Amino acid sequence: MSYVLAILPSLLEGAQLTLKIFLWTIIGSIPLGLIVGLGLTSRFVPLKAILKFYVWLMRGTPLLLQLIFVFYGLPLIGNGAFTLERYDAALFAFILNYTAYFAEIFRGGLQSIDRGQYESAKVLRLSYWQTIRKVVTPQVLKIVLPSIGNEVINLVKDSSLVYVIGLGDLLRAGNVATSRDVTLVPLILVGVIYLLMTAVLTFILRKLEQHYSYWK
Amino acid sequence: MLELKNISKQYNKRVILDQVNMTVKNGEIMCIVGASGAGKTTLLRCISGLEKIDGGQILVNGKEFDPYNNQSNDSVIGVVFQEYQLFPHLKVLENITLAPTMVLKKKEAQAKEEAMKLLTGLSLADKAQLYPYQLSGGQKQRVAIARALAMKPQILCYDEPTSALDPGLRDTVKNIILELKKSKMTQIIVTHDMEFAQQIADRILKVEPIRS
Repeated sequence: MSYVLAILPSLLEGAQLTLKIFLWTIIGSIPLGLIVGLGLTSRFVPLKAILKFYVWLMRGTPLLLQLIFVFYGLPLIGNGAFTLERYDAALFAFILNYTAYFAEIFRGGLQSIDRGQYESAKVLRLSYWQTIRKVVTPQVLKIVLPSIGNEVINLVKDSSLVYVIGLGDLLRAGNVATSRDVTLVPLILVGVIYLLMTAVLTFILRKLEQHYSYWK
Repeated sequence: MLELKNISKQYNKRVILDQVNMTVKNGEIMCIVGASGAGKTTLLRCISGLEKIDGGQILVNGKEFDPYNNQSNDSVIGVVFQEYQLFPHLKVLENITLAPTMVLKKKEAQAKEEAMKLLTGLSLADKAQLYPYQLSGGQKQRVAIARALAMKPQILCYDEPTSALDPGLRDTVKNIILELKKSKMTQIIVTHDMEFAQQIADRILKVEPIRS
């Protein structure tokens, strides 16, 4: 028990970084995902083609590779003009990657909205953005919430990939303690902390779904 | 007065409307009838600006009017859709006040007051705080009418207003339409229900399918 208490501070410090990456990725990639999703449903072919390519690239290659590429690869271009700090590189790669997944989720949600909803907004002379904001987005959010929740849970665990670019997240903190003290206890604790984080998120997501159940 | 002159519309080279002419005087009820696939709904969609016409002219009170690109703040045409298309995430009252507050920039309180008047007139005042899924088909339709009226249109269009209703409710819609006529509302009604059309129409336009 005293051993647990001894290593807990370093694990919690790692968990803090995990949460920071998690939160900023969510804040960045959900709104961006909605915008890219709108672009994917637009009738402007060149825009759609570019966005489709982007989604294909992001979903078609491992996130791990993207992380390595952003941190180690980008500085090689243009005499280091694109060099990023480890933490910034991690965020950049995560937001880029998760935006693509969210965009696909939003595209599906947007396409499931009856065309008549757009038309009734049009004959009431709401502008395109008013229609998106007041009519379409609230309905899409309700539809996509379960799928978004899935990705959100995934993200908590995916954030452990940042160890490859030398960031001290939760998993790395556990790893360090395990190899130093030759015991599996730190890794068990790491697992428990991940489970706690996903449990809290699952609870919040369920509450959100309940919040949206006031209409059908 | 609404005048259509030589309106044409085609989809993928298939001609749906060919040189349609029609005149509706202010305060009149015009019924557009015809077999399914004849282009009744397409004609209504052209009038309400949901489709771009390929040829011809639309005149409102003698002035040329393009419903497809209408940007002005005067509401000309309101539409009651066949499936009503209420916004499911908004309460009845919010469904009605959304456009007046967002488009006409009315104050929230004023928009609500006017919406309540409309709802009261359609005996829906007690439903103001409900969501569309809590209403019956006939009630939804009346909310859709109130929502269109809140924008103060000069012309109100209906797409198949009786098709989704019980026979008993047909008379309710009929009475609402005739009530609106008394207040000088110009109304255009697409229907396949010839009997209904004959009961309420001042004029009937028969749209025939085009054989090619």
